[in-house]
Amino acid sequence: MAENREFFNRRLHSLLGVFPIGLFLMQHLVVNHFATYSPEAFNNAAHFMENLPLRVFLEFALIYIPLLFHAVYGVYIAFTAKNNLRRYGFFRNWMFMLQRATGIITLIFIVWHVWETRLAHAIYGTEVNFDMMATILESTFMFWFYIVGVVAAVFHFANGLWSFFVTWGITVTPRSQKILTYATLGIFIIFTYMGIASLIAFAY
Amino acid sequence: MAEDHKTIRMIVQRQDEPEALPYEEEFEIPYRKNMNVISALMEIRRNPVNAKGEQTTPVYWDMGCLEEVCGACSMVINGKAMQSCTALIDQLEQPVRLEPMKTFPVMRDLAVDRSRMFDSLKKVKAWVPIDGTYDLGEGPRMPESKRQWAYELSKCMTCGVCLEACPNVNSNSDFIGPAALSQVRLFNSHPTGAYHKAERMDALLDDGGLQNCGNSQNCVQACPKGIPLTTSIAALNREATLHSFKSFFGSDYQH
Repeated sequence: MAENREFFNRRLHSLLGVFPIGLFLMQHLVVNHFATYSPEAFNNAAHFMENLPLRVFLEFALIYIPLLFHAVYGVYIAFTAKNNLRRYGFFRNWMFMLQRATGIITLIFIVWHVWETRLAHAIYGTEVNFDMMATILESTFMFWFYIVGVVAAVFHFANGLWSFFVTWGITVTPRSQKILTYATLGIFIIFTYMGIASLIAFAY
Repeated sequence: MAEDHKTIRMIVQRQDEPEALPYEEEFEIPYRKNMNVISALMEIRRNPVNAKGEQTTPVYWDMGCLEEVCGACSMVINGKAMQSCTALIDQLEQPVRLEPMKTFPVMRDLAVDRSRMFDSLKKVKAWVPIDGTYDLGEGPRMPESKRQWAYELSKCMTCGVCLEACPNVNSNSDFIGPAALSQVRLFNSHPTGAYHKAERMDALLDDGGLQNCGNSQNCVQACPKGIPLTTSIAALNREATLHSFKSFFGSDYQH
């Protein structure tokens, strides 16, 4: 694929955003949602994930490496665009801008989130459980930082899924793309609700 | 409505030469019925005096057919790129602001150099090769329904409005823009043009090609000819998916 390096990178970027990163995001929000039942339910669900075989390998192959590529190449994509919403305020142009803005917000959020919950665990041995999240989210600032981060991540995934279907040529016609807009809007609403409900359960 | 003293206020972004700094100049033009932006510009050319009453150089712009088929007279009118020949003064908010399409190199005043679009058409081989060492005879027939469909894509006049509207066509990127992409779809669909489909796809997936589309879909909204550009792009994406699988894994499918 040496001649079509850019094509390969772009398509890889699109693919990784959904498989595995998007799937991981959905799984993560589902596990977190157990916090709304009880702290024990969340701890059990989190421990189940922690005890999966080859956990470190899974984390690197399905999360860290794809995410790193998606993030680095995504920042490059975001900064090659020149937004022109003031002149062309169409719905899709808004989505185009928001996709790039939420990508950057999500990146900042994830760097902090990984430091706080993964690296702190690896370096200082902080226990990863319901209480850890409850302590973090006690601060009003962190609570809202997490709300913004989660909403941005879910939006980026839902709208990115829409682009994925266009980029791979699955939805071609305007009608199919419109139906997909509604479907991805549904995904955005469901997972935003789950994410915010979990954060509230942790904090209050 | 026809008042004798009615005038049109027009603010034109001017630039004396390609490297010069742009500046604004305001004009007041006597109103006539059914004027378009070009007839207003012609009025300035006839009497090059700005709103302050100073003598100035006539405003320079490009034009050709004056009926929205040549694509030469595109400019940014009140913030939106469009053809100045079909931009009617009665339908525009005043003052009418005219700017060149800055996605392209500005040659002078409102005239830009659209060479990059023609280079892109050459790059993606947007033509049907028919020359041979002998008479190749008639090509295959095309169903009428397909001809009508292809006609819509063939309306592209390389006017540059879609490139101006696209957030991914700019000085940071070498994206060739929606117009050339859609032409690949047109020529790949032509019965004789299809012989060179794979070559066009290779050119299309080269740096600056199809993959640079970010789905803002401004192009299809801005296109003065109503060409289904985003449908072409999505269809080419599908084609590109298959094409890249074939060139990666190999294929014994002869095309």
